[in-house]
Amino acid sequence: MALLEIRSIIRMFGGLCALNGVDFSVEEGEIHGLIGPNGAGKTTLLNILSGMAPPSSGQVQFAGRDIHALPAYQVASLGVARTFQNIRLFPAMTCLENVIAGQHLTASRPLLPRLLQLPSAWRLDHEYEKDARSTLARVGLENRARVRAQSLSYGERRRLEIARALAARPRLLLLDEPVAGMRQGEVTQVAELIRILAGEGMTILLIEHNMSFVMTLCSRITVLNFGQVIATGTPDTVSRHPHVIEAYLGVDKSS
Amino acid sequence: MIPMDLNHIFTQFYAVYGSLINFIGINSLLAISLYVTLSAGQLSLGNAAFAGIGGYTAGILTMYLNVPYIVALFAAALMSGAIAMILGFPVLRLRGVFLAIATLAFGEVVRILAINLQITGGAEGLTPIPDKTQAWMIFTALALTGYFMAVLRRSRIGWSFASIREDETAAKAMGINTTWYKTLAFTIGAMIAGLAGAMSAHLNYIITPGEFGFSAAVQLLIFNIVGGTRVWYGPILGAALLTALPEILRGFGVTAGPVRMGVNGFILLMVILFLPNGLVSLFSHNKD
Ligand SMILES: Nc1ncnc2c1ncn2[C@@H]1O[C@H](COP(=O)(O)OP(=O)(O)OP(=O)(O)O)[C@@H](O)[C@H]1O
Ligand SMILES: [Mg+2]
Repeated sequence: MALLEIRSIIRMFGGLCALNGVDFSVEEGEIHGLIGPNGAGKTTLLNILSGMAPPSSGQVQFAGRDIHALPAYQVASLGVARTFQNIRLFPAMTCLENVIAGQHLTASRPLLPRLLQLPSAWRLDHEYEKDARSTLARVGLENRARVRAQSLSYGERRRLEIARALAARPRLLLLDEPVAGMRQGEVTQVAELIRILAGEGMTILLIEHNMSFVMTLCSRITVLNFGQVIATGTPDTVSRHPHVIEAYLGVDKSS
Repeated sequence: MIPMDLNHIFTQFYAVYGSLINFIGINSLLAISLYVTLSAGQLSLGNAAFAGIGGYTAGILTMYLNVPYIVALFAAALMSGAIAMILGFPVLRLRGVFLAIATLAFGEVVRILAINLQITGGAEGLTPIPDKTQAWMIFTALALTGYFMAVLRRSRIGWSFASIREDETAAKAMGINTTWYKTLAFTIGAMIAGLAGAMSAHLNYIITPGEFGFSAAVQLLIFNIVGGTRVWYGPILGAALLTALPEILRGFGVTAGPVRMGVNGFILLMVILFLPNGLVSLFSHNKD
């Protein structure tokens, strides 16, 4: 069975049907792209997958468990991490602190040994900080450790958000437009990172409008339009699919 | 002979300023109690009421049941904490100003109960509460609380509080059970407030319903804003300055109430305008 199974998801916003019976699955270890014109319902779906909002109906199974009714923090604790389209960092914290905060599920940091000043507490802190630094290095921010998140450039913020998600050592990483607004050099760097993560066995589901990025990186792609899946398959099949061509030429005139 | 002299000077000083110093200690504890909830991003105006609950609980225990003082202090903290936990789960779903209003309403309920109940002594208050609190006790409690806050910051709980304060949605996505941690912050804050209230009641021989109303709640918030809420000693700084201010002004010959209130307000305004992170930012290197 696939790692992530999405079945008949419907999501209504008042009278608006943002998702209208979405079905597809994401296999363990693959890089799965989720594309579609603006307003297609991609972010809405990601919010459901991460437990930030419940579906109006339908099921989501992650590693064989129903997660569609779980609160976000429990979904996260099962091994799902995410980033946000409208970047949500901890602005007053430094880069290093953002990643350390992101270790909530992987670091224990109990209070009692600290109150008693036991050396074990500081030793562990040291380990965690080393981990956080190497996570920062993975996104190329090792030299920005002491800089506050709010003073980073746009592309750096996106990369820091990925690092914070990685600090939870997820099985499934959900990325909402990870390279939006990035310079080409950064895009290549992020693509390389995602490839390495997938090589290590992490499963990645990413939303992106940057077509060359999606087409070269993803092993499979699902195309969403008006809240419905119009195609799922390899980049090749999807890009030749008549409904996909129609959706892109017919709706998204800007690209 | 010099130590004798110092001792003498100290005794003299304490005779004049003792009650002020004690008052600073109590107010610092109360300010920290609110700081705990603020550090998790939650604005509570119920901490004065939790202090009241602590004061009444401890006062009733020592007055009517002859319970030892130290036991009464623990009981006060536990009582305030338990009520905060029960109140927290429904109330902490509210955000920002709605949470503030709900906690304010809770304070009002506590005040009205205190006025109308027999055991709390009604509108005249509960008296005579035995005189048990000494300066060293207050400052030991303050030191322990400060130490607790300093250590808490780098623990799992502290990081969760900070994450929630910075961005609650992102905190959830990282696996933080935000409802639990917000309730925890609210409860720890209430326990510290309850302890401070209990110590204050055993310092003043009396506790009245009026002491823990709206203006007291807002006063705690002002201590935090003036001192700064980025580090645990910020609220202590704010509480110390604003509590000592009337004495300092008296030194300059200002005794009229309105002038004192005016200076209070002026300091608050200056801090908000020029030191948005509070007085502590004067001492820290990275002011941004
Ligand atoms: N909280 C909400 N309340 C009401 N409508 C919403 C809400 N969130 C999304 N929508 C609507 O649902 C539809 C899908 O939005 P969604 O953000 O999922 O699109 P998207 O595919 O991520 O688009 P984009 O590529 O622009 O990010 C849109 O019509 C949007 O206006
Ligand atoms: Mg979107």
